[in-house]
Amino acid sequence: MSFKRMWALFVARNYEFIRDRAGFGWNILFPFLIVAGFGLIFSSDANSPFKLGVFPVSPGPVAIEKLDIPDRLKHAEYIKIVGFETRDEAMDRLLHHKIDLLIENKASRLTYWLNDSSPKGKVLEKIARESIVDERIFLGQLERNEIPGENIRYIDWLFPGILAMNIMFSSLFGVGFVIVRYRRSGVLKRLKATPVTAFEYLTAQMVSRVLILLFTSFVVWFGCDLFFSFQMQGSYFDIFWVFLAGTLCLVSIGLIIACRGTNEELANGFINFICWPMMFLSEVWFSIEGSSDWVKGAAQALPLTHFLSAARKIINDGATLSEVSFEMGVLLFMSVVFLSIGSFFFSWTK
Amino acid sequence: MQSHKHILEVKELTKAYNGKPAVAGISFGIPGGTCFGLLGPNGAGKTTTVEMMENIIEQDGGEIFYKGEKRSGSFNQEIGIQFQHTELLSFLTVKETLKTFGAFYQKHVPIEDVIELCMLQNIENNWNNKISGGQRQRVLLGLALLNDPDLVFLDEPSTGLDPQARQHVWDIIRGMKKKGKTIVLTTHYMEEAQNLCDTIAIMDKGRIIEQGSPGYLIEKHCQGENYPQDLESVFLKLTGKHLRE
Repeated sequence: MSFKRMWALFVARNYEFIRDRAGFGWNILFPFLIVAGFGLIFSSDANSPFKLGVFPVSPGPVAIEKLDIPDRLKHAEYIKIVGFETRDEAMDRLLHHKIDLLIENKASRLTYWLNDSSPKGKVLEKIARESIVDERIFLGQLERNEIPGENIRYIDWLFPGILAMNIMFSSLFGVGFVIVRYRRSGVLKRLKATPVTAFEYLTAQMVSRVLILLFTSFVVWFGCDLFFSFQMQGSYFDIFWVFLAGTLCLVSIGLIIACRGTNEELANGFINFICWPMMFLSEVWFSIEGSSDWVKGAAQALPLTHFLSAARKIINDGATLSEVSFEMGVLLFMSVVFLSIGSFFFSWTK
Repeated sequence: MQSHKHILEVKELTKAYNGKPAVAGISFGIPGGTCFGLLGPNGAGKTTTVEMMENIIEQDGGEIFYKGEKRSGSFNQEIGIQFQHTELLSFLTVKETLKTFGAFYQKHVPIEDVIELCMLQNIENNWNNKISGGQRQRVLLGLALLNDPDLVFLDEPSTGLDPQARQHVWDIIRGMKKKGKTIVLTTHYMEEAQNLCDTIAIMDKGRIIEQGSPGYLIEKHCQGENYPQDLESVFLKLTGKHLRE
């Protein structure tokens, strides 16, 4: 093993990444855009989970106060009112799940339509029905409580997911896809003709990608924090180790993809086959709490699940490194397994 | 342990792909300080043979000896290879590429000497993705010579070069021979082989069908024939005129 050779390969790979302005820029810009997009969405009323259609109303912005529908519906949080000139137009939107419930304006009694296959429609129906009931009937029947302390905003919960997702894509495409391309174009064959060993080459690729990803994640974090002031409950030292372990594990998966083959299309498909289930099952965008047991079990087999779980525990809940030791252990164990598989099956040539 | 007369010696080398033999038991030796040409039509088994000698692919059968012994870990330190179809790292300059590859070896000649030898001065600061095919050939030749190798494999080194650049590559090869280096050359240019090689082996269908110096082959196969007295005539006579691949 020669550190001189590894260093030369490490430096060369860093040059390759940083000088490829399109790729480098996208690695920084992509998470910014996602976080900014979600920031915009969640700071406006476009995130209202329920959409209530009302017809007939005059064209232009809906004058909510002038609508002849129950007042509590007009002022309810999380309900966005959408106006339609005609019933036909409104029914079409309801049919296609663009609105959840449709109410007739100025009807003598609360007249509404719903799409029987829409769960949100059924919930909104209950809200609509409750809106015409005298609230005094609840007196003495209910006790309302709120969770104490600072609430975790959705954007705070989402942010670690966006960073981890970016690391996942960059690890798999930046290592797996790139090495397959190098094999196809003969770059690896040229390296095999030198004293460079597979261990030296793969180590240099991995270290380069891990450090670059940690750096870009820091830049994205810093940039996003300026705009959204993320709540960081835990220690930055602890979160660094979680990101290091998570990145190492995801890059190791990239090495498995990279170990054989010269077909970039196949590598692309394989990477997507790995990424998409992880994106949905590892709770990048939404929680899978309440899903069936087999879904939760499958999620536990995915490294991104443990990466995100540890990151959110530290960022959102202020956990310490010892409190995420299970997740860290799983990530390190998976890294060793993936690295061993990738190294064992690695081939320089076609 | 083999005799040290040959710097490289292959014995009964075989290789098959999907059961179809690509190299069917060939043997030859290459004396040190000479230029050995391996010729043959497309699909004859040249590339497979050379890649086995280069240690890029493993042979199915047979043995390869370097300096009289089986190849060891130092083999890659002492050889230089110029592949024909090889891309370089796109966003490295030519000079950085040479420096990077130089770091792979225990010793290498000064980068500036390689730049001068391969006439890369005008493009040394260009990124590899901004150089022409001919310039890339010269960079690849430079990479093959970086470690001052005892044995150099050149796979069609002058393909894509203009006549001036080709003459320059030939001069480099002649200079290497003068310094006692051994060259294994594969080429489709018969003129190139005739000019540079001390020994030529002609391959077809995975076997060596003729071997000798260019003069010997011309004398043996063109004597009294109504052919031009050159290596191309020998080649066509031995391998036929029908198209391959």
